[in-house]
Amino acid sequence: MSKNEINTNINIKDLNLWYGEKHALKDISLDIPEKSVTALIGPSGCGKSTFLRCLNRMNDLVKSCRIDGEVLVDDENIYDKNVDVVDLRKKVGMVFQKPNPFPMSIYDNIAYGPKIHGCSKSETNERVHKALEDAALMGEVQERLGDQAFSLSGGQQQRLCIARTLAVKPEIILFDEPCSALDPISTSKIEDLILELKKDYTIVIVTHNMQQAARISDHTAFFLLGELIEFGKTKNIFENPQVKSTEDYITGRFG
Amino acid sequence: MLLRPKTSEKLAFATLKLCMAIVLAFVSILVIYIVMNGYSVLSLDFITQMPMKRMTEGGIYPAIVGSLMLIGLSMAFAISLGILSAVYLNEYSTPGRVSWAIEMAINNLAGTPSVVFGLFGLALFVKYFGFGASLLSASLTLALLILPVIIRASKEALMTVPQEYREASLALGVTKWQTTRKVILPAAIPGMMTGIILSIGRVAGETAPILLTGAAYFLPRIPDSVFSQFMALPYHLFVLATSGTSITQTRPIQYGTALILLLIVVFMNSIAVVIRRHYRNKLNR
Repeated sequence: MSKNEINTNINIKDLNLWYGEKHALKDISLDIPEKSVTALIGPSGCGKSTFLRCLNRMNDLVKSCRIDGEVLVDDENIYDKNVDVVDLRKKVGMVFQKPNPFPMSIYDNIAYGPKIHGCSKSETNERVHKALEDAALMGEVQERLGDQAFSLSGGQQQRLCIARTLAVKPEIILFDEPCSALDPISTSKIEDLILELKKDYTIVIVTHNMQQAARISDHTAFFLLGELIEFGKTKNIFENPQVKSTEDYITGRFG
Repeated sequence: MLLRPKTSEKLAFATLKLCMAIVLAFVSILVIYIVMNGYSVLSLDFITQMPMKRMTEGGIYPAIVGSLMLIGLSMAFAISLGILSAVYLNEYSTPGRVSWAIEMAINNLAGTPSVVFGLFGLALFVKYFGFGASLLSASLTLALLILPVIIRASKEALMTVPQEYREASLALGVTKWQTTRKVILPAAIPGMMTGIILSIGRVAGETAPILLTGAAYFLPRIPDSVFSQFMALPYHLFVLATSGTSITQTRPIQYGTALILLLIVVFMNSIAVVIRRHYRNKLNR
C-alpha cells in the first residue's frame, strides 16, 4: 500500500445479492477506510441498508437471500465457509434504526454482551462503565443504572444501544439510520458521538439525511437501484459530483 | 329499517353486556351451589384423613395428595416438552411442509377427546412401556393431553416477542440459543403462563384418561413412588356420585370434594398469575 493511500479494513469485491428473484445489489466493489466515517446515501429501496447488513452478515437471517462476491474484513472473507459468524459480529457491531434495548435494566443491557462472552464480573463492570462514558450517557444515567431501559428517552435509548455495542469491543460499527426515529437534539448528540467514536472505530452509516452525511462523514457512497453509483470523499461528492444522478439526488431533484 | 348510529351503538353495547352477564351468572351459580352444599363438610379432618366406612365418612386426604402429585408431574412434563417444542417451531424450524404438518398435527391433537388419550396412555405407557397403572402413566397421559395447548400458547407468546430483540442480540455476536435463553424466553414467559393456567384446570379435572391409566377406586394411602396407583379428586368424585350403595349418604362429601378441587385449581392458577405478573412487571417497569 503506497503512502498517500488510506488504510482500509473493509474491502468489498463484486458483491451481488438476491432476495429470491430480486437482484438487490449489483456488482458492488468498495474499500472502506478505517477509523473514519463512511456514509451510505441513496433513495429508499436502493440497497444501502441491505449492503450494510452484508457487512455483519445480518442478511443470513433472511431465508431467501443469496450472496455472491467477497467481503473482506481485515483481509478475511467473511463469507468463507470456515468463518464463525458469531465471532464476526463481535468484531462488527451494529446499531439499528429503531432504538432496541432489551427489556432489562440499563446496566444489564450493556452487561449482556460481555457477560455472555465470558467476561468476569469485574471486567464486565469495567466495560459497562467505559461504554457508558464513551457513549456520552454516563452523566444522565449513573444514578439509575438499575432502572428499566425503556424508562429512558428515545435518544438515550439509542445511545444505550451504542454503549451496548461498544461493550463488546468491536472494531467496526455499522449504523443503520440511527437517528431517523429521533428529535434534532438527540440527533445532534448521536452525531457528536459518532465523530468522537471514529477516532477508535471504523464507522459505516446509512442515512436518509443529506446534511447528516455532509456533517459527519469523511467518505460518501451513493447507491441507486442496487448499484453503487459514486464513491469518494464526502466533500467531493457533495461539491463536485461526477455522475449526473448523484448530483440530482444531492440537490433534491429526486429521492 | 336502518338504525341510527347511536341507537345501534347502544344496542350493540347492551347485547355485549347481556352476554357477559349470562356467562357471569352461570359461573356464579355453579360456584355458589358447590360452596353452599360443600362447605359444611370442610374441616381439617376432611382434608387430612383417609376415607372411612366405604367412603361414607372420613376425609379425602389421599385424593388431594394424589391430585396434587398428578398436577405437578404432568405439568412438569408438559411445560418442559411444550416450551422446547414451541421454541423449535418458532425459532429454529424453517417454514415449509414439515412445520406445517407438525402444526396441523398439534391442532388436531388439541381436538382429540380425552378418553382417546386415556386409551392411548393405557396402550403405550401402562402396557407397552410397562409402567403399569401408575402415577407416572397417568401424568404422562395428561401431559400429552395438554401439550397442544401449551405448545400453541408458547408459540404465540414467542411470536409476539419483537424481532428487534433477536436482531439486537445476534448483532452482538451472541448465538441463537443464548439469545433464545437470555432474551426471548424471558420476554415470552407471561404469554406462556396463560397457556399453563388453562392447562392446570384441565389436568386437575380430567377423569377419563386417569381412570384408564392409574387412578384407583379406593386406595387409602399416599403413593410411595411414581409407579404406585393413586386416588385423585375428580375420579373420587365420580366414584362417590355414581357407584356404591350410599350415593345420597355421601352427597355432602361429594360437594366437599368438588369444592376442594375447585379451590386447588384456583390456588394453582393464582400462583401462575403471580408469576405472570412478576415477569410482566419486570418487562415493562
